[in-house]
Amino acid sequence: MGRTLQFDRRAVEFPSLAQQVHGQPLAYLDNAATTQMPRAVLEAMRRFESRDRANIHRGVHSLSQRATDAFEAARATLKTFVGAGSDHELIFTSGTTEALNLLANGLALREGDLIIVSGLEHHANLVPWQIAARRSGAELLILCPDAQGRLHVDGLTQLLGPDTRVFALTACANATGERPPYEALLSLAAHAGALTVLDAAQAVAHAVPDLSALDCDFMAFSGHKMYGPMGIGALVGRRVALEKVAPLRYGGDMVQWVDYAQASFAELPARLEGGTPHVGGAVGMAAAAAATFIDQTGRTNIDVHVDALRAHAVAGLQSLPGITVLSPHCTPTAIVSFVADGVHPHDIGTLLDEHGIAVRTGHHRAMPLIDHLGLGPTTRASFALYNSHEEVERLVAGVAGALELLR
Amino acid sequence: MNTAAPDAGLYQELVLEHKRAPRHFGHLDAPTHQARGTNPQCGDDLQLELRVEDGQLRDIAFSGQGCAICVAAASMMSEAVIGRDVAAAAALQQRFRAVLTGEAEAEGANLGKLISLAGVRRYPSRIKCALLGWHALMHALTDEPQTRAAP
Repeated sequence: MGRTLQFDRRAVEFPSLAQQVHGQPLAYLDNAATTQMPRAVLEAMRRFESRDRANIHRGVHSLSQRATDAFEAARATLKTFVGAGSDHELIFTSGTTEALNLLANGLALREGDLIIVSGLEHHANLVPWQIAARRSGAELLILCPDAQGRLHVDGLTQLLGPDTRVFALTACANATGERPPYEALLSLAAHAGALTVLDAAQAVAHAVPDLSALDCDFMAFSGHKMYGPMGIGALVGRRVALEKVAPLRYGGDMVQWVDYAQASFAELPARLEGGTPHVGGAVGMAAAAAATFIDQTGRTNIDVHVDALRAHAVAGLQSLPGITVLSPHCTPTAIVSFVADGVHPHDIGTLLDEHGIAVRTGHHRAMPLIDHLGLGPTTRASFALYNSHEEVERLVAGVAGALELLR
Repeated sequence: MNTAAPDAGLYQELVLEHKRAPRHFGHLDAPTHQARGTNPQCGDDLQLELRVEDGQLRDIAFSGQGCAICVAAASMMSEAVIGRDVAAAAALQQRFRAVLTGEAEAEGANLGKLISLAGVRRYPSRIKCALLGWHALMHALTDEPQTRAAP
């Protein structure tokens, strides 16, 4: 079923995947939470930490220069990776959550402003906006999905108004795998005068958004969901939009001059990157993105392979009695989330783990969406380029066995 | 079937049997004590109702939803504490909790049928499932009557 992968997955060498769990080969299907790192990324980070490690931007010595060069090269690589042009800038953050908090905290919102957030968002693209609304007196509106979990352009048209300041949307819902028509939604909001925010955390390892073709002011993503390290991520956006963002962190590296009474601040991107950044993480994230990995492997190949695994899993799971797959209509997605009549996801997850299969269970940090769809917690499998159709078969067989035992 | 072996797997036959047909599942006509136990992260949500008279747990009922471990543990708890003194139920809760958290050995803890759940201790992420009903029981017994009602 599905097309086969165009490259040899064994040659890619993901050291963490070569292990057994409870006596079975690990089938790692929790990639929407965190992907595993290839040897090339581990090696790029090891090289940096063992040869070039120094603090950046304020040293005249050789290591500091090499570290600065590595950090700025990583920035350039990642900008290219997401289609950022000369009118864009990329700010390193600790991840998507920090990037979205930086935005929600840093945009000057006022009483009477409207913030629109889609109902598909995980907590990191909802709660910061709730807090921003409460603090500023702005009003938070939710673009609700339909009963199948889909977003519609018409729904946004009805919410947009002259006071809409921000529209924040995911490129792929982590709880259901739903891929909203974000191009059209962002465009509509931008033409209404809103600042547009795209949470691309679930999209950077699969179907990467192209900023050059989007009406997108800000896009957030994380290294650890794109075969890179944890603790590093990015907020990339239009320079004119980023200029409107107040820093979240004041301190070293983001100032121009300081006296005891006051300070003036550096230009972008340094203004929004106070403190010593995770340089090794940036190096690893860039290595994952382009130079060594995703671009070399070929984005189209990855997307075709992952979509085929998802389709395979949807078909297999739907053939089991009493299984409801969320967003079954959605094809360009790496996530399959499902509920089983009378069987709790935690039990399915534990029984799958006993067969070496790693999935995620629960609300996936998206409780409002799960409530809106009238569902309880779900079981979620999510695929990456190193997964195989054999692993999908093991998943389906494992779920079938769990249902048999528990019903 | 080996329901008494504390080191056997998580899903013992007795546990599965309680999951499929939970005992004391439902509501009491006139509860004197009640509490709700929730685990928002996984969606487990139990409502526990008690009728306590003269320091004795005369009747117990629970309702709600949860995973197999959560439901079976609440069902087995209901059987284990019904008709017992409040103090004896609290002591059993202490012993059961100590076994699951690794502070006591299963052997010698005098758990009765609850020993079928001892395997949970090797699944740290599931211990809270097995203890949810017991937490609700302790809350129901200790909370002031005014704050006892379910939200």
